[in-house]
Formats: sequence, structure tokens, C-alpha cells
Amino acid sequence: MEFFIGLWEALPDGLQTVIWILLKIIAIILPLMICVAYYTYAERKVIGYMQVRVGPNRVGPKGWLQPIADAVKLMFKEIIIPSNANKALFLIAPAITLGPALAAWAVFPFDEELVLADINAGLLYILALTSVGVYGVIIAGWASNSKYAFLGAMRSAAQIVAYEIAMGFALVGVLVAAGSLNLGDIVRAQSGNGGLFSWFWLPLLPLFGVYVISGVAETNRAPFDVAEGESEIVAGFHIDYSGMAFAAFFLAEYANMILIAALSAIMFMGGWLSPFQGWPILGPLFDWVPGFVWLVLKTGLFAFLFLWLRATFPRYRYDQIMRLGWKVFIPITIVWIAVVGLAVVYQLPWWFD
Amino acid sequence: MTFEKFIFYVLAAVLIISATMVITRKNPVHAALSLILAFVASSGIWLLAEAEFLAIVLVLVYVGAVMVLFLFVLMMLDIDVATLRAGFIKMLPLGILMAIAMAAELILVVGPENFGLDKFAAPARHAADYSNTEELGGVLYTVYMYPFEIAAVILLVAIIAAIGLTMRRRPDSKYLDPANQVVVKRKDRVRMVSMDAEKG
Amino acid sequence: MLENYLPILIFLAIAFVMGGVVIGMGFLLGTRKPDNEKLSPYECGFEAFEDARMKFDVRYYLVAILFIIFDLEIAFLFPWAVVLDEIGMVGFIAMMVFLGVLVIGFVYEWKKGALEWE
Repeated sequence: MEFFIGLWEALPDGLQTVIWILLKIIAIILPLMICVAYYTYAERKVIGYMQVRVGPNRVGPKGWLQPIADAVKLMFKEIIIPSNANKALFLIAPAITLGPALAAWAVFPFDEELVLADINAGLLYILALTSVGVYGVIIAGWASNSKYAFLGAMRSAAQIVAYEIAMGFALVGVLVAAGSLNLGDIVRAQSGNGGLFSWFWLPLLPLFGVYVISGVAETNRAPFDVAEGESEIVAGFHIDYSGMAFAAFFLAEYANMILIAALSAIMFMGGWLSPFQGWPILGPLFDWVPGFVWLVLKTGLFAFLFLWLRATFPRYRYDQIMRLGWKVFIPITIVWIAVVGLAVVYQLPWWFD
Repeated sequence: MTFEKFIFYVLAAVLIISATMVITRKNPVHAALSLILAFVASSGIWLLAEAEFLAIVLVLVYVGAVMVLFLFVLMMLDIDVATLRAGFIKMLPLGILMAIAMAAELILVVGPENFGLDKFAAPARHAADYSNTEELGGVLYTVYMYPFEIAAVILLVAIIAAIGLTMRRRPDSKYLDPANQVVVKRKDRVRMVSMDAEKG
Repeated sequence: MLENYLPILIFLAIAFVMGGVVIGMGFLLGTRKPDNEKLSPYECGFEAFEDARMKFDVRYYLVAILFIIFDLEIAFLFPWAVVLDEIGMVGFIAMMVFLGVLVIGFVYEWKKGALEWE
């Protein structure tokens, strides 16, 4: 043991910092990957029960090992590169999709002090990375040189683009209310004596709705999953992918869903704050619960909502999707930004004073 | 050499290499992707200069939006590279002449005598809580309000120009209006005819 | 300020390396028995007729251009949102004029039918 401590101290300062950062990054990515694996399991179980089935229940007790079995199966599958495909781009596309989906977590605050990179422009960084994610889809669709893939990529790109605007405007509303781009400061701006009524979901209710729905559309999830549209274009942009290359797209999709869920919790639901903060009896009663637990609970709530949506709604038609994005969400958000702006300028009590 | 300098040289090398690839790659999609890499590298360099907001907005706007349009166009126009390259040799002398003229103009206007650490001292490093975005916002909407509103007008012109250029109804395109399909009632499509039964 | 970005640099590198590793692992562990039929692009069992790269409706370009313009608008809104409580009413009016001009453009494209998908 002492040998290791000695070895550690012998390392130069810079290297020590880098190793610390690497350890922290592993501490983020590893649980995230496990969450993604069990989110797919949760999805199949939840939708199963909603459709009066039991879902996966063969591998391990109650099917608990199903995601592991899936991962192992995918690893040993052949990666097919279609003969007409553009090979280099075909293989880069999954990496481009997965990279931003993971890297966005770098600035995410898990608790009051628990954040890897506490940068000022945290929200901007996340928005920039999500906008890079669209390249994976476009490149994959184009490089496959298959008609279904190309149609899927174009649909998905136009859709992501339309909802990114709505999402961006919704985020601006949050920023106006919080007065900071730093995710930690956004949460701190929501602390108050009203408990869950101090959070931003109440004054920013329209933006909250727009953000969650655009989040579903951004991640190409049902009911906005025309990019995959099994009945129309078979699977869309990743039709010619198999094995781990296919798995990379799904890892990215689920990591993005969890990110959207967690961001909704941070920006509208008070992040790690207790919902009973400042309440007479319940407040002190729940003081011992660590903030991280609240954050996970809230994220879980949104993650469940996404599955629920998928089980409930039929797929939207493409022109309806575009109409919703451009003609409904953008006007709502612009009007509400003006309203919130006025509230901040006049320091309306409870939230903005 | 400090770590920062090392990062700077890495980013600068990536920037130069990718910028060269933009004009040397045969496949236009590869060229566009190299351009994206160039944007990302220059964003990193801006970040080193502590222009946090601009660096991230460069990625957000140029990589996230402008290059998406470029790729849309390149992928969908189905450009035939061979015909594009046909006049390459013939045009080469003219091209070189133009390149020299442009380089000369650039050097005359912003020559090396305008740069250097003695002209612009390296900016002081800021503390960890320094927010570049706030500094920018503090002046952009008050001191520079007039140029800011002009930007809005320019964007308005861009919207109108884009619509004027690309909006055209194509009478020959066949499409179904799903809304019309949905609102169809039975009486629009089915006509009940009362007929006498056939005899015989 | 820059020290906050070191973890991000490392994280970005790791994230993209992860993407490479995932695919590399697939190549390492997976079988590889390519044949002609397997490698043809998927087209519901038919032979592929022609190259999949085709000309597309100009409408997609229009969406992309409008996206750029609105994205820029959002970029202008970010610093405003952060400092609004400092610049007060003046800043608020400045932004409302800015948004107003762009809303004119938005109304124009709406009326022109640029947002319709048929």
C-alpha cells in the first residue's frame, strides 16, 4: 500500500491531475453505460406491461441479465460493410454519433459540488455538442449508399434541425430566468422556500412542455420516430449497420435520452434540490436524503415518461411533425421569452426577485 | 513548452492540415467534412484565447448549422466530380494568377508588420469565474445596440432572399394532401344509385 | 478559466475513442464471412436498381437555410439572457426590436407557405 502511495507522490503534478480526471471520467461513463443497458431493459419491461405482456424474462432472474446477453450477442456479430458504401465514413458515423452523446456529460452537475468541468458556458457546450450529433445521422445515411438509409437520414436531419430551434428558444427562457449559463447556477437559482413550487417548471410551464417534447423529437423517439419508420423505410439511416456499429447508434440514442431527461430535471425540476425544501414539517424530515438521489429520481421520472409516450401514442405524420416544430413551438417560445424577460426586468417576486 | 502551447500547436497543425484537405480532396463530401474539422480546431484555438462564448458559438452555428446545409447540398445535388475536374489544367494558369493577386492584396493590407506580441500584448489570464458571455452581453445590447439591430435586418433580408430563391410551386409534382384525404366523407366518394333489379 | 476546460478536452478525446473502441471490438470479436449478396445494400430483397444518391426536393435546403438564421438568432439571445438583470429595460427593448424584426421574417415565411410540407 505504501508503495503505491509513494509511487503516486512520485508522479509529476500534471500527471496526477490527468489521472484524477481520467478516474472521474470513468466514474461517469461506466455508470452511464450501465444505465443505458438497463434503460433498454426497462423499456422492454415497461412497454411489455403496458401492453399486457411480461417482456423479457428468460435470461437470468426475471430477465435481469437480458441487456448483458444482448451486448455479448452484438459484440460477436459480423459488421457488414455494404459493397457500395463509402467505407471510411461508414465506420466513422457511429463514432461521431456516440462521441457527443457521451461528451455532453462532462459539464453535468450531479450534486452541489459533484461536477467534472464547472465551466461557465455549460449549457452552451451541451447545445453545441447535441448539434454536432446530427452529423452521425447524415453521414451514416449518405455513406451507406442505400435509398432507405438516405431517406431516413434526410427526414431525421430536417426534423432534428426544426426541433433544435424550439429547444434552443426554450433554453433561452431558462437562461433568462436563471441569469446564468452554468448548470449548477441554474439549479441554485431554483432553490427557495416554496420547495417544488420554487422550481422553474411553474413560471416556465410552456417552455417546459416545449423542451420535453422537442427532446423526444431530437432523439428520434416515438411518436416522432419517422426517421426509423419501420413500416415505411424499414429502419432509416442505420439500416445497413450491424453488430457493434449498430449498437453504437443505440448506445448514443439511449445516452441522449437519459441526457435529455437529466437536463429537464436540472433546468425545470430543480436538479438535486429536495422537493420539500423550506416546507414546515416535510422539509426537515427529508433533509438527510442526498441531492444526488433526488436528481436520479427526477431523471427516472422523465426517462419513464419517454417510455410511456412510446407505448401510448401512434407515430406522427411527417408534415404534422414539421408543423408542430415550426408553427406551434417557435411562436410559443418567442412569446414566453418576452414574458419571462419582462418578469425578470421587473423582478417579479418568488422566482425572479 | 507549456501545456497550453503544446495544445495550441496541435490545434494549429490540425487546422492547417484539414484546411488543406478541404481544397485537395476529390470527394466534395470529404472536403466538407474536413472543413468541419477545421472549424472545430479553430474553435479550440479561440478557446485558448479565452473567447469562450465565441468558440462554442462557432461550433454551434458553423458546425451545427451552416455545414449541415453544405452537406445537404453536396449530398443531394449528386455532383459529378469528373466534369468538375475537366477544365482543371486549362484553368490552372488563371487560377494561380488569381491566387497570387489575392495573396499579394492580403499581405499589403494585413501584412506581418501588423502582428506580433509587441503590437498586441498577450491578454491577461482571467480567473476561473470569469464569464466571457457576460462581458459580451454587457456591451452588445447597450453600447453596440445599433449594429445589433442592423444584424436583425440583415437576417431578415436573408430569410426573404432564401424564400425568394427556393420557394417555387412545381405544378408537375404529384402529391396528396393528407389533410384532404382525412376529411373525406362517405358522401364525397360513394354515390348510392337505386336501380331496378335485373330481370331475366 | 482554461483549467476548467482540461477535463472537457480529455472527456472529448475519451468519448470519441470510446466510439472507435466499440466498433473496433465488433471487428475483433465478430465473424467476418462477406459474400456478394450480403454486402449489397438492403432493398427488400430486390437487386438495387441504381445509385442511391439522388437529387432531392429544394424544400430541404430551405429548411436548412431557415435553420441557420434561427440558430444565429438563438446565438444572439444567449448573452442577452445571461445579463438581462444588469442591462434592464434598455436591453429588454433592444432585444424586443431585434426579435420583432425577425418575427416579421417569420410571419413572411409562414404566409408564403415556406413552412408547409405537402
